[in-house]
Amino acid sequence: MINKIVDSAAEAVADIFDGATVMISGFGEAGSPVELIHALVDRGAKNLTIVSNNAGSGHVGLAALIENRQVSKIICSFPRTTISVVFPEMYRRGEIELELVPQGTLAERIRAGGAGIPAFYTPASVNTPLAEGKEVKTFNGRDYVLEHAIKADFSLVKCHTADKYGNLVYNKTARNFGPVMCMAAKTTIVQARNIVELGEIDPECVVTPGIFVHRVVEVANPADESKLVAEERRYPWT
Amino acid sequence: MDITTQKVGWSSSEMAQNVARDIHDGAYVNLGIGMPEMVAGFIPEGREVIYHTENGLLGMGAVAAPGTEDPELVNAGKKYVTVIPGAAYFHHADSFAMIRGGHIDICVLGAYQVSAEGDLANWSTGNAEDIPAVGGAMDLVAGVPSVFVITKHCTKSGEAKIVKECSYPLTGKKVVSRIYTDLAIIDVLNEKLFVRELAPGVTFETLQQQTGAELHLTQQTKTHDEKK
Repeated sequence: MINKIVDSAAEAVADIFDGATVMISGFGEAGSPVELIHALVDRGAKNLTIVSNNAGSGHVGLAALIENRQVSKIICSFPRTTISVVFPEMYRRGEIELELVPQGTLAERIRAGGAGIPAFYTPASVNTPLAEGKEVKTFNGRDYVLEHAIKADFSLVKCHTADKYGNLVYNKTARNFGPVMCMAAKTTIVQARNIVELGEIDPECVVTPGIFVHRVVEVANPADESKLVAEERRYPWT
Repeated sequence: MDITTQKVGWSSSEMAQNVARDIHDGAYVNLGIGMPEMVAGFIPEGREVIYHTENGLLGMGAVAAPGTEDPELVNAGKKYVTVIPGAAYFHHADSFAMIRGGHIDICVLGAYQVSAEGDLANWSTGNAEDIPAVGGAMDLVAGVPSVFVITKHCTKSGEAKIVKECSYPLTGKKVVSRIYTDLAIIDVLNEKLFVRELAPGVTFETLQQQTGAELHLTQQTKTHDEKK
């Protein structure tokens, strides 16, 4: 019998190991699986490589994971915001490695990782510092740079509605990297605002088919990261 | 002759208005963060324009009114926004397929520097102290057919932003189509800069003095001050 529902965020992340590559969905706070990230802080796995568009805000969510010294490298497109403090400080001190990737290239590298494509050529970043050391090939008179797929051991993703097969529907612009990250990990762990019975999600409206999802945990009232940041909260809660 | 105090140059709103005037009916448009966002407020009546935001939305509407903000409905600058009837959400790989695949007609971006050949530098000053961040800028300039730059003509300290060659790290090479500044509108054509329009109170000579690359006048160059 297929039932991907697990009882708690803690149980969902219990096998994330030291040195794992972990993708984390979200564009800023929109779509960031804050409760799963906090469970990973509690779990304490270290030396992680994180793949995420940003590098966290304030002292909660991804910023808390970084601040807890669990992350040795981050692959992202935009590691600073007006309210990011943890990553900039650690980066300046040389305590965390950064691989900066154009946002579309990041999305496509993840998609490729999930789609069985080892590498691809893109026009983005040609003739810029971000293409240095990479193979460039000309197609129809235009230069393209070779980019490699990214795969992960785990993906942590937030969605709106899920069922026990792992079919997912997202909410507005919180969808962002979720669908491609679900495809690219050996184990995809999803937090959903609500879990419904099989058949309640119209098959025409499924955004991520359950085949890409391994564990689903219900988090009915997920935290608003921006609210936690505004309240200057820190995780672990103090 | 008018001897009252003459206005020199365009305000930020007028610059945004100049860009908006050149966005055609039915265009799919991506607006960068900051001054480019102002353009949406000036689209002439009778034109329908669909705004794309690279975090997964076509049909972005106005900024959300206070009290109605939804943390899961944001634009590329992570501002709370709204959607228009007929909007669509999609994931990031599809969003950048729209960009790289040439489906978005126009993007409007800010700039640190633009070169005579249309090279753009707008993501990094190369300062080792700054945290490097690129976002979607490199994908946009590589994939969108018309790249419009909106920027002050000079930096706050008076240095030219339109230069022979960019000294800052590039976002893309030969990618800019048109530059809208407070002093002029300039086309980049065949790796040369052609003045399309001079702002009120600006002569070609003063414009050239504030530009780090050679400018060209054309018979079509529009001015606001010539005695006709």
